[in-house]
Amino acid sequence: MEAPQPSTMQASAMTATNGTPLWLLAELTYRCPLHCVYCYNPVDFALTERELATDEWVRVLREARALGSVQCGFSGGEPMMREDLEVLVAEAHRLGYYTNLLTSGVGLTEERAARLKEAGLDHIQLSFQDSTREMNDFLSHTKTFELKQRVARMIKANGWPMVLNVVIHRMNVDFIDKIIEMAVQLGADYLELANSQYYSFAHVNRDHLLPSREQLQRAERVTNEYRARLGDKIRMFFVVPDFYENRPKKCMNGWGNVFLTITPDGTALPCHTAKMLPGLTFPNVRDLDVRSIWYESDGFNRFRGTGWMKEPCRSCPEQLKDLGGCRCQAYLLTGDPANADPVCDKSPLHGVVTAAVEKAQRPDRERTSVHPLVFRDPMQSRRLTEAAGVPAAAHR
Amino acid sequence: MSQPPEALQTRPRVGTGFRLQWEPAQQSWVLLFPEGMVKLNGSAGEIMKRCDGERSVDQIVADLEGSFGVQGLQGDVLAFLDLARGKHWIED
Repeated sequence: MEAPQPSTMQASAMTATNGTPLWLLAELTYRCPLHCVYCYNPVDFALTERELATDEWVRVLREARALGSVQCGFSGGEPMMREDLEVLVAEAHRLGYYTNLLTSGVGLTEERAARLKEAGLDHIQLSFQDSTREMNDFLSHTKTFELKQRVARMIKANGWPMVLNVVIHRMNVDFIDKIIEMAVQLGADYLELANSQYYSFAHVNRDHLLPSREQLQRAERVTNEYRARLGDKIRMFFVVPDFYENRPKKCMNGWGNVFLTITPDGTALPCHTAKMLPGLTFPNVRDLDVRSIWYESDGFNRFRGTGWMKEPCRSCPEQLKDLGGCRCQAYLLTGDPANADPVCDKSPLHGVVTAAVEKAQRPDRERTSVHPLVFRDPMQSRRLTEAAGVPAAAHR
Repeated sequence: MSQPPEALQTRPRVGTGFRLQWEPAQQSWVLLFPEGMVKLNGSAGEIMKRCDGERSVDQIVADLEGSFGVQGLQGDVLAFLDLARGKHWIED
């Protein structure tokens, strides 16, 4: 499933960057009926065992709220797979969170919708893979398109604000007009056209997913035309993949600054993909309270501020603007999470980004070296983990 | 005595899909909406918390002037409400 990606979190609206974890992302489970090719869950997700129990989640909700968390996202995997979702939503609501459910819609029946409404759920973000049944079902490897249409109507009928999230990539970017029209027809209040960012499964499948420059420019132009026509009937966010930028994004609005992710097994992370970074250990809520995790753990302190930076970031006049970009992207593309994000054209390793971009300009028939799409499922997860040589014992 | 203009008779309330609440950790009023938050400054918070759909703008102005012992707030309040309406923070 697609949780809001860092750059789509409306971070600009989160003006209070006072260093408290305003955003709590509760990844309740990695179980998911979908098999999306750009899933951001760690590729070794299948090795995760022992999900947090209900009472452990309740404690996390209370401790984070006491620190000042106010937005709570229930995500996954597919959070509807947790039978205690209603209990957790009710507790979060009672504590004063604004509660967001980030779902593929699978498992959201009329009965569960009614219970979630009763529990005080504030908003549902529904993911669509595309506007046509064929592409939606192909990309998620399921037959879910009609179900999602039904769920969208159910969301509206319950009076929830509805955000539609569609991950954009090479295979659906040319149908952006159809996607926008579908969102309007379903009555979405917000539409997130979030270009895939290249982590986890999307990293594995990057050659299939990264659009060409021409595709992107056209999609952005079409989106702007619809914006002008539709006014504020629907608020649309179009997020460009940062491979096409020459400065990196201020990832997560700063490491350990606003966002706190808790993974299904209780690992606390400054962003939902940070677990991949080598040389860091992240604390677990089973061992430590949220306050100590946020303020005292090495995992959260390591990349805060600017003290960890190497050149070219260390002496860069723009270092506070983007804080060196994304640590995961730096690691995935350069091997060292303390390097500048190579999206930055000041990075000596910027060539890896321009090479990927150049490859994306070639027509599909000339890209024969590309391996077949890898769908997210437990078997592929184990295969990729083994191929990376990570011993299973390293995981909880 | 002249009738108050229409703008002073509307009874604004917090917009659909927004929630206004006091956050002790931030010592401020915030507006919450899907996946986002706006932290309001002191005066914006004082105005917004009076937008309950019951009080007219006229009454809100009078209440603020009484609470803070100042006069002549009408212009500022109307300007803020215009901005807030534009952002859908309030509706009438």
